[in-house]
Amino acid sequence: MALKGLPYRNFNIALIICLVLISFLSLFIGSVSLSPSEVIAGLIGNGTPAISIIVVDLRLPRVLMGILAGATLGLSGASLQGMLRNPLADPGIIGVTSSAALGAVIAIYFGLSSFFPTAIQLMAIFGALISTAILVLISMRDSSVLTLILAGIGISSLSTAAISLTMNFAPNPMTLQDMIMWMLGSLENRTISDISISLPFILVGWALHMGISNGLDASSLGDDTARSLGIDTRRMQLQIILGGAISVGAVVAACGAIGFVGLVVPHIVRRLIGYAPGRLLLPSALLGAILLISADLLTRMPFGYGQLRLGVVTAIIGAPMFLYIVYKTRKEMR
Amino acid sequence: MSLLSIRNLHISLEGQKILSDVSLDVRSGKLVGLIGPNGAGKSILLKSILGVIDKKDGEITLDGKDISDWPLMEKARKISYAAQGAPVHWPLTVGHLVSLGRIPHLSPWQSTTREDQILTLEAMKKTNVDHLSMRITTTLSGGERARVMLARAIVTGAEFLLADEPIESLDPYHQIQILNILKELTQNGHGVLLIIHDLNFAQKYCDELILLDKGKVVASGQPSDVLNDRNLQNTYRIKASRFLKDGNSFIIADELLNSD
Repeated sequence: MALKGLPYRNFNIALIICLVLISFLSLFIGSVSLSPSEVIAGLIGNGTPAISIIVVDLRLPRVLMGILAGATLGLSGASLQGMLRNPLADPGIIGVTSSAALGAVIAIYFGLSSFFPTAIQLMAIFGALISTAILVLISMRDSSVLTLILAGIGISSLSTAAISLTMNFAPNPMTLQDMIMWMLGSLENRTISDISISLPFILVGWALHMGISNGLDASSLGDDTARSLGIDTRRMQLQIILGGAISVGAVVAACGAIGFVGLVVPHIVRRLIGYAPGRLLLPSALLGAILLISADLLTRMPFGYGQLRLGVVTAIIGAPMFLYIVYKTRKEMR
Repeated sequence: MSLLSIRNLHISLEGQKILSDVSLDVRSGKLVGLIGPNGAGKSILLKSILGVIDKKDGEITLDGKDISDWPLMEKARKISYAAQGAPVHWPLTVGHLVSLGRIPHLSPWQSTTREDQILTLEAMKKTNVDHLSMRITTTLSGGERARVMLARAIVTGAEFLLADEPIESLDPYHQIQILNILKELTQNGHGVLLIIHDLNFAQKYCDELILLDKGKVVASGQPSDVLNDRNLQNTYRIKASRFLKDGNSFIIADELLNSD
């Protein structure tokens, strides 16, 4: 039995506390074992040069990027599911992530970032926008799950094929390596400057999601009723699509294609605080960050170090959950 | 005293004429029934008032001001809408669903206040669903669901209610229950535009009827005048028998004319 009555505010506060705890925890864990006092010394600038490189230049950016990426994927999953009235919507499932990866890979292939520092970000966002626009054109008229998923499969396969094609033509092994990394997704080796390139796009994407909670709730009664309640549904849809494409595109540009976070997170939140789509946004962002940092921690455990990639971990956890959701909601899928 | 007025409305969708030269008025305190065969354009008419469908020509005014000049939120506080078939896409609790009717009174950043919750409870009492507050809407029976949807439309406190077949697929008990609530609303000064197929209920409950056929207003006015034999034959293509009981006339459709 779900804990439907969990108070909204307390739930968010609990999530924030969890997020802070796990973020700190991940500063203390890594391939080089440091004592807590060494980590704190590194953080406040009192450590040895080696320690401050590990803590400030390696672990801190990784945690920050994890928070940004996880929150973006959770938020975008929750808002897409609400807008499309469809529990299977997620930037990954519907092909936004892979088309953003295609944009990034093309940018890498042509070495665009040497001409223009934000080229990878912009190309990833462009890829995400195109696929989202196609999806909306196809699936807004009938909100059938089948149409959406099939359109997503089409977009995903096309992007994946185009990515493979680009890889075949990779000018050198280094470029190929870069491209493969985008396909798997990772938070490794992020620098503060990587983050600062993506941050403005991510923040703009988040900002576009502001003030849509009531509108999303209203649209669970259908678009006509939502409009009768004073909601400019077209504007709201545009906000979600643009916000999702810009922020997810920037995340994919920085960390590659990390799947399933946006799909799974809103489901967990629904179990805890109920189905109203507008109330899922903030907790989904928080839980998305928590889950992604936890998954990244797994990749840094002794058994996983060097073998496990973040995108692989989220898929190993997320794909079975996807199947479970399909099983649970199969009656509504016809 | 408020007035929702439509003058010479023309609507085309994908090149096809849906409504032509439709004029009608809904005043506060009146229950106006919109009747007509399937496909006559009744639902489209309601949606054009909501602004979901663009008009081609003509005028829709609310208190003398063109409907498209009203800011969305302000309009939502004046006109509420109960959609046909009452779709609900997520398993929301009844209490939460009904409270969505308060959205026009909230800023985008605001969630419902205590006052909104009190009004929500009052609306649920009015339609007799307050005991269902914690139930999940998608698990309700048809009659319960219809009353929940009506509570959602009422709680806005709008002067006008547009109701698209709210008694569709309900048993007689629940049909009368819903119609009584609508009647009571008009007695409290609200104006209701109601799409209804049951001609006897339309005749009994509505202050005025508007008969729509192939996008045109065929007749409007007193229910007994609108539902004359000639109109029933020409629009519904039925031959009706009538009988009188306690001064009320009842219509029974018992023969089809020129069936196709």
